[in-house]
Amino acid sequence: MSNALVLAADTANAGASDPILNMSIFGAFVIVTMIIVIRAGRNNKSANDFYAGGRSFSGTQNGMAIAGDYLSAASFLGITGAIALAGYDGFLYSIGFLVAWLVALLLVAELMRNTGKFTMADVLSFRLHQRPVRLAAAISTLVVCFFYLLAQMAGAGGLVSLLLGVNDQLGQSLVVAVVGILMVIYVLVGGMKGTTWVQIIKAALLIAGAGIMTIWVLALNGFNLSTLLENGVKVSQALEAPFDPLQPGLKYGKNPIDFISLSMALVLGTAGLPHVLMRFYTVPTAKEARKSVVWAIWLIGAFYLFTLVLGFGAMTLVGPAVIAAAPGAANSAAPLLAAALGGPVLLGIVSAIAFATILAVVAGLTITAATSFAHDIYANVIKRGEVRPNAEVKIARITIVVIGALAILGGIGVQGQNIAFLVALAFAVAASANLPTIIYSLYWRRFNTRGALWSMYGGLISSVVLIAFSPVVSGKADPTGALTLSMIKGVDFHWFPLDNPGIVSIPLAFLLGIIGTYSGGKKENSWIAAEMEVRSLTGHGAEKEVAH
Amino acid sequence: MSKEETEKGHHRIDYPAFEATPKYQELRKRQRGFVIPVLIAAMAWYFLYVALAVFASNWMATPVIGVINIGLIFGLLQFVSTFGITMWYVSFANKRLDPLATELRHELEAKQKAGVA
Repeated sequence: MSNALVLAADTANAGASDPILNMSIFGAFVIVTMIIVIRAGRNNKSANDFYAGGRSFSGTQNGMAIAGDYLSAASFLGITGAIALAGYDGFLYSIGFLVAWLVALLLVAELMRNTGKFTMADVLSFRLHQRPVRLAAAISTLVVCFFYLLAQMAGAGGLVSLLLGVNDQLGQSLVVAVVGILMVIYVLVGGMKGTTWVQIIKAALLIAGAGIMTIWVLALNGFNLSTLLENGVKVSQALEAPFDPLQPGLKYGKNPIDFISLSMALVLGTAGLPHVLMRFYTVPTAKEARKSVVWAIWLIGAFYLFTLVLGFGAMTLVGPAVIAAAPGAANSAAPLLAAALGGPVLLGIVSAIAFATILAVVAGLTITAATSFAHDIYANVIKRGEVRPNAEVKIARITIVVIGALAILGGIGVQGQNIAFLVALAFAVAASANLPTIIYSLYWRRFNTRGALWSMYGGLISSVVLIAFSPVVSGKADPTGALTLSMIKGVDFHWFPLDNPGIVSIPLAFLLGIIGTYSGGKKENSWIAAEMEVRSLTGHGAEKEVAH
Repeated sequence: MSKEETEKGHHRIDYPAFEATPKYQELRKRQRGFVIPVLIAAMAWYFLYVALAVFASNWMATPVIGVINIGLIFGLLQFVSTFGITMWYVSFANKRLDPLATELRHELEAKQKAGVA
């Protein structure tokens, strides 16, 4: 990948891009957010403050933060690029990310808020056997966060070569290190409150930036979506390899089962993503948690509608051939469109937004992983709950530094590797290992510890093993047969035919929950089960907002 | 968890008995009765769309108005249905769930106070 980047860097947007300008705009973002994070970090004494921002955010603020947490660079750059290069199928892909929020809104958000404290494991272990269930939930939280984090860090390396013209290995490693260090400072100083503000600011910038570009593209097409689409068709038909961008199935039609598997992972995984679930604890009540999801749905929905326009805008104003040849290929569609519309200044703004996006997402993942390690594994599994809250937060702070170091090393290690599948894998693990147990423990009284363990470990292991033996890891040839598109090149040990394990691992995990429960596990304490359900629906005894 | 929780006094309220009260049963029925069927319908509607897009892509490519084809309308309808269900649920929860949940929560708080005193 890096060779292609270097070659293409000279041909494509080198003239339009101004690295100094890009870096100054990004620098301004870092300074502003850093000031806010330091201010937010002043009141970070208790665990409630550090892990949950004192539960003092409004539903509107949290909804923006959720959008900021959820809309990663893969959404902004990846989906715009997918639409610019594959037309309809990019749009089809984006819809799963939106519809998924209905699961969170209807089944999960409010009940989680009412029964948990800081982590997903709080809810899952509420009425089951505390230590084993908590440990399983924490392991799956850490795995999801790790895959997601690695994908973001690798993306940061790729993004600099694209946006700042840094193409050499050393320069890219340096940028990955800077991203990692900034992330650690944000989370360490600001805790959940600081992280939330970074996400809110980033969401506002991202959605405003995408919105302005959308209006601009529409204005060039007489504010008529149909004209824009027609122009896209004209451009694509005139290519050397012509295609119809409105024809569904260009990208996913070749392997329909694989796309269904991916859709299942997206739609069922979102409500099981630990960093999304943790956001529900930052608001004072279940009603505000509901409001957060409603805001998130509007913002995320609007954003994906923008990407449809931006994708066709890039197709008509930049052209699929230029995008495919540019450094970063599909990922360059949005920056190239910005350059075509507003020259180096808009390109600089969009580049800075893309960076801010990565920073906000990795910060959210880091605080989630650190909270889960300190609160679930250290305080409750190792110390059996006998721990002073200050000691727990201290462990969380150490964990943040360790995660930062791992993320930097991992991000440098995977540079130039084709690991785009990691985000889809994180969704698949969340959908298989987390969602079945979340739903069962909230809605199925008979569910017991054994069912939870079978489902969580079964879902986790099956999704990771299937991906290890899938074509994304080994043995996938590109259509010309000249390259391998897999992570590991030169060997082929794959036997699982699909790129995403969801279609197997998700039903399997649901099934294992049922089999485990009925295969002899003990009945759980019915008193606590009644308490959990009553509390989940009425909000009685829910964690309160911290007053300062 | 059971032991620690009992010590903390969470169990002064007889939750199984509370759960059996008609008012609580009504709240439970309303919540379950809305979210489960609506979510199943939304999922069926989404996977119908995905299946048509990948298995019946030529039919989805049939133009309706100008270049706008069935697939594009279907896709935009997913946005409409997601936004619509969201607004429907919010209005349902505001009218049918929240008042009852608040009332029950106040009852529980009163019980807890009485238990502590």
